[in-house]
Amino acid sequence: MSEARPLVRVRNVCKSFGNVKAVRDVSFDVPTGKTFGIVGESGSGKSTVARLILRLVDLTEGKIEFDGTDLLSLKSGALRRQRQHMQMVFQDPFGSFNPRMTIRETLTEPLLVHDLGNEKSRNQRAAELLTEVGLPQKALDKFPHEFSGGQRQRIAVARALATDPQLIIADEPVSALDVSVQAQVLNLMRDLQVRLGTTMIFISHDLRVVQFMCDEIAVMYLGAIVEQGPRDRIYEAPAHPYTRALLSSAPGNGKQDGRRARLTGEIPSAHQVPTGCPFRSRCPLAFDRCANEVPKMYDVGGGQKALCHLLDTSEKAA
Amino acid sequence: MTPDKHTSAASDAAPATARPTLEVDRLNLSLKIDRHVVPIVTDISFSIAPGEAVALVGESGCGKSITASAILGLPPENATVTGKIVLNGRDIAGFSKNERRKLCGSEIGFIFQEPMTALHPTLTIGHQLTDTLRNNLGLSKKAAMDRAAELLDRVGIPRPRDILKGYVHELSGGMRQRVMIALAISCDPSLVIADEPTTALDVTIQAQVLDLLEDMRTEMNIAMLFITHDLEVVADFCERAVIMYAGDVVETGSSRAVVDQPVHPYTRGLLDAVPHKDGSTEKLTPIPGTVPQIGDWPKGCRFAPRCPRRSPQCELRPEVEPTKRGQVRCWHPLEETVQ
Repeated sequence: MSEARPLVRVRNVCKSFGNVKAVRDVSFDVPTGKTFGIVGESGSGKSTVARLILRLVDLTEGKIEFDGTDLLSLKSGALRRQRQHMQMVFQDPFGSFNPRMTIRETLTEPLLVHDLGNEKSRNQRAAELLTEVGLPQKALDKFPHEFSGGQRQRIAVARALATDPQLIIADEPVSALDVSVQAQVLNLMRDLQVRLGTTMIFISHDLRVVQFMCDEIAVMYLGAIVEQGPRDRIYEAPAHPYTRALLSSAPGNGKQDGRRARLTGEIPSAHQVPTGCPFRSRCPLAFDRCANEVPKMYDVGGGQKALCHLLDTSEKAA
Repeated sequence: MTPDKHTSAASDAAPATARPTLEVDRLNLSLKIDRHVVPIVTDISFSIAPGEAVALVGESGCGKSITASAILGLPPENATVTGKIVLNGRDIAGFSKNERRKLCGSEIGFIFQEPMTALHPTLTIGHQLTDTLRNNLGLSKKAAMDRAAELLDRVGIPRPRDILKGYVHELSGGMRQRVMIALAISCDPSLVIADEPTTALDVTIQAQVLDLLEDMRTEMNIAMLFITHDLEVVADFCERAVIMYAGDVVETGSSRAVVDQPVHPYTRGLLDAVPHKDGSTEKLTPIPGTVPQIGDWPKGCRFAPRCPRRSPQCELRPEVEPTKRGQVRCWHPLEETVQ
């Protein structure tokens, strides 16, 4: 346990859309100055968690603290002020810009919204930001369509940095990019994160990308965190059957015995989440208890935890 | 086992001795845009043996999908295609539109990345499958329905009779792709073209669909052209790989060799750009610059502007040269070419 206070504390958070439970009893801490990864397949609730932290949607149950402040207690004005400390980078480098705004306008807008500086200092900041993300100054007067996908993601990173935020949430920031360009953006984000000490929540379905970027990782399945821990523990000693399956399903891990360990069945729809353990319908190790009882988070040591009855060492488990 | 087998495995640069199912020889495709003729793919040559999977690998805009459309006989309206496309010994490049259409679905099956756009939204799945079966195999309505149910069962769809009565939107992404596979193999094709068949799927589902494709291919001895941007998938699921960059084939070889010991600087660059396998957090090595706009290819070697090994010689166009395990189009390959 590090003694520094976590920047974001998420406690027992649930979010329902109608009768669909998108996020179920999620708790985690994002350590200050670190990159926290959330990995999962579609429908796992990873993007909803990001939106809850930004209060783009309101939670149904639980509590989220940002830098010691309960986000739910903030009124709209205070919330808007708070948001200059939390910025976002989206997946789609084509849809996340106003096509009619120049790059200068795009980069100064967050400063204008939060009423920071004057026109001169804002323009200066825009120029600084471009240098920071490795783009030439002449880009300032161009429009988004004049840039490639990779360059646009650099601009998106620059825009997120404009207000000098404490937290950046990046939701699949490189998924739309070709591999040769993806590496440029990943290097850039890592460099900036380390150099500026910005805390980051990095969301992705790509295990290798998350491994490269993150210090601490949460694995989500059907709205719940099934495993969480330091990066190396998750990749070298995964404790949850789902994490193990996810790691062995990724191509390029070779096919031991000619075949990879594969999961059978489909990801259930969010309308029909299994009773008990959400993963039990696809789990190769499921037993009676998994159907009847929601598993608890068990500590497996080294800061690693997993949501699985098999880790229960109490006498009840026998 | 026998010394004979050993030699054939060692020379994986050349396809098996049996007549290849598909031979593409110097395929060129250009598009007519505002009275300009823009070359898109240039001198593409490769072959696929029965039961073999060949990967066509490249980033977006390198011309891999348009190459597949030319082989299918469905290139864009404004395209000019030259070169030979030999399917089971017949050059189909000169076939009429009608003759080509007959090949699609019977001798050539195809699987697209997004089954929602390839399958009809308002026809039942049974309707679509039986249409193909009745048109190509002349089956009766009842026989076609029985065969359709068998096919769905074979690709791992539970309750096939119920699914036949349903629509595509009722299925998950993985199940839709299984329906696409059933449709592709329904008329016992000798060639299946799969264009990024698992790119839109979640990892655990992707693994299932890749395994299914491999089973179908080996059981039915289908030659498969597997189009992908993912070298990891290539190494696990294809015997050989054809690497494309900017409308050129830059390297071919056994997929293991291409992934383990690439010869072209672009292939090396692609492999180095992905996050490290061992979990190291060392800086990644991106390929500088960006993929050129489609058709706006650099003169000479098309990769030269982004290549760490370029020299003045690269202003001339390199020829395809044989290597120990394949072929390469490069003035400065990472391994000597064979004279």
